[in-house]
Amino acid sequence: MSVLVFADQHEGKIKKAALEAVQYGASVAKQLGTAVNAIVVGEVSNDELASLGNYGAAKVLHVADARLNDIEPGVVTKVVAAAAEKEGADVIIFAHNFSGKAIAPRLSARLKAGLVAGAIELPDTSNGFVVKKNVFSGKAFAKVSISSAKKIVSVLPNTFSLAPVGGTAAVEAFSPAINDADFKVKVVKVETVSGEVPLTEAEIIVSGGRGLKGPENWGLVEDLAHVLGAATAASRPVSDSGWRPHHEHVGQTGLTVRPNLYIAIGISGAIQHLAGVNGSKVIVVINKDPEAPFFKAADYGIVGDAFEVVPKLTEALKKYKAN
Amino acid sequence: MKILVCISKTPDTTAKIAFTDNNTKFNDAGVTFIINPYDEWYALVRALELKEKLGGTVHLITVGGADAEPIIRKALALGGDEAFRVNADSQDSFYIASQIAEHAKAEHYDIIFTGKETIDYNGSSIGGMVAELLDLPYVSVAAKFELEGTTATINREVEGGEEIDSVSLPVVVSCQKGMAEARIPNMRGIMAARTKPLKVVEPVAADTLTSIAGFELPPAKAGVKLVSPDNVEELVKLLHEEAKVI
Ligand SMILES: Cc1cc2nc3c(=O)[nH]c(=O)nc-3n(C[C@H](O)[C@H](O)[C@H](O)COP(=O)(O)OP(=O)(O)OC[C@H]3O[C@@H](n4cnc5c(N)ncnc54)[C@H](O)[C@@H]3O)c2cc1C
Ligand SMILES: Nc1ncnc2c1ncn2[C@@H]1O[C@H](COP(=O)(O)O)[C@@H](O)[C@H]1O
Repeated sequence: MSVLVFADQHEGKIKKAALEAVQYGASVAKQLGTAVNAIVVGEVSNDELASLGNYGAAKVLHVADARLNDIEPGVVTKVVAAAAEKEGADVIIFAHNFSGKAIAPRLSARLKAGLVAGAIELPDTSNGFVVKKNVFSGKAFAKVSISSAKKIVSVLPNTFSLAPVGGTAAVEAFSPAINDADFKVKVVKVETVSGEVPLTEAEIIVSGGRGLKGPENWGLVEDLAHVLGAATAASRPVSDSGWRPHHEHVGQTGLTVRPNLYIAIGISGAIQHLAGVNGSKVIVVINKDPEAPFFKAADYGIVGDAFEVVPKLTEALKKYKAN
Repeated sequence: MKILVCISKTPDTTAKIAFTDNNTKFNDAGVTFIINPYDEWYALVRALELKEKLGGTVHLITVGGADAEPIIRKALALGGDEAFRVNADSQDSFYIASQIAEHAKAEHYDIIFTGKETIDYNGSSIGGMVAELLDLPYVSVAAKFELEGTTATINREVEGGEEIDSVSLPVVVSCQKGMAEARIPNMRGIMAARTKPLKVVEPVAADTLTSIAGFELPPAKAGVKLVSPDNVEELVKLLHEEAKVI
């Protein structure tokens, strides 16, 4: 028995959510009295692979196949299944990020291994294998029990803070047979905003709503985000009206985010918006209406006009950062 | 073109979330149920657009009890041609996916659309499981789906951007915002839906791999601490010293 973690990478760098998954896998392995290994596919440097030891991985199986630099879910499913068999892994961990969402369900069906998608706590193994996850879009939690012999858990990003332990993993080449014909989904192009933190991985998010009146006022949001090293987000009407790109839309029908700090400016706090942000550790609301529902979900609030308050806040933060 | 759209029933987005039976069951008293928004707005509407452009049929499937029928009728009213309800109540994704795959095996669909996730149990799993069970390619969390002959070009969300994929039909795709614009059923559609076929089929034997042991509600927030707009320095201090997030 062992624990296996699929650690995904982008352009040779292991994603932060994947490091969180490795660390989670290490904790599960400790709980079960076994070892945790990782599997990485695509071209990645040996140093980067070995650094997974820093998060508890004993060994990293590396499939150094350039065809796997981008994910083909069907192929990667077979590769991870082969690795699990080789290592005798009964528990397989993914990050509940876009790769995890593409692969974990396939693997679950392939291995008949029960899947809990989006775990927010370590499993309770005192009586079976029970994992807590968000349900009802963060408005409640469920404890889900996995009854199959093999188990898959995908870990909600930004839920477990990284705590490096300072180790080096052994790197082992792994070459399962992979046929060209299995690449049914061909990746034509990947368009990512480089130099920006993806929203789902951001520690701090500054978000704007219809209260900002128009796209021309987004400098306010961007300046504040800039001093904080934060990512920017928006409410649905804002992205629907094209003031901001779709990938910034958070909420029930957009992205679910869980930053340490979420600053909402000119957003009313409709239940569908809250559904995507209520996992944030600390919420700050700036709204001119003291009755805005968002204040009920906030930790800190300023009742005031965003056009006056936000520039002042940005200045105050600049001063704070300078010290 | 033959398309299957997987339809699930979820509480309305504004429903009060509460539990009964010692926190093991969702309390549906007074709750309005809707078609899961991703299934309705994106999966179903995109399927209808493709049918309108290329001809063909749109089938609907739901795995659920008789209480799912108003939902599936609404999906028929929006333009689905024929509906199937697998008469089983289960929360286990693998069980549900097995039922959908079993139905699809006999029908040879060109495209199977699901929503990206249900807004109640947030599994984001059914599409991938169905694809694996049918040995079909799977594209998850798609924001755009274009068809040229039998080749689909699909934009799929990835961290911080999009990936553009090319895949030959048949394919399973989970859909999100961007795929289509929501529609409202019209009177003619509602009337027509009454006579469209809704077949009830009994489930096949399938494994259940997970079960819900219980629910919990999040602890109540302590209440907001208000800071004066004339004293933003105070907020900076609180965020640093008290909340420790900057
Ligand atoms: C099924 C469904 C799904 C949905 N999914 C989502 C979703 O995923 N994400 C989402 O965001 N919404 C979603 N919505 C929409 C949601 O219900 C709200 O309509 C939306 O969140 C409102 O956006 P807003 O707060 O930006 O705008 P508004 O509700 O118009 O609020 C603007 C706020 O700005 C404040 N304001 C105005 N001027 C100023 C100023 N000068 N300074 C400070 N404050 C100011 C106002 O007091 C007000 O509170 C969904 C709705 C439905 C029905
Ligand atoms: N009971 C069900 N019957 C039919 N389709 C379903 C059912 N549950 C989920 N689905 C489909 O699978 C998608 C993802 O659901 P889930 O994996 O449960 O988050 C949904 O958006 C639906 O399209």
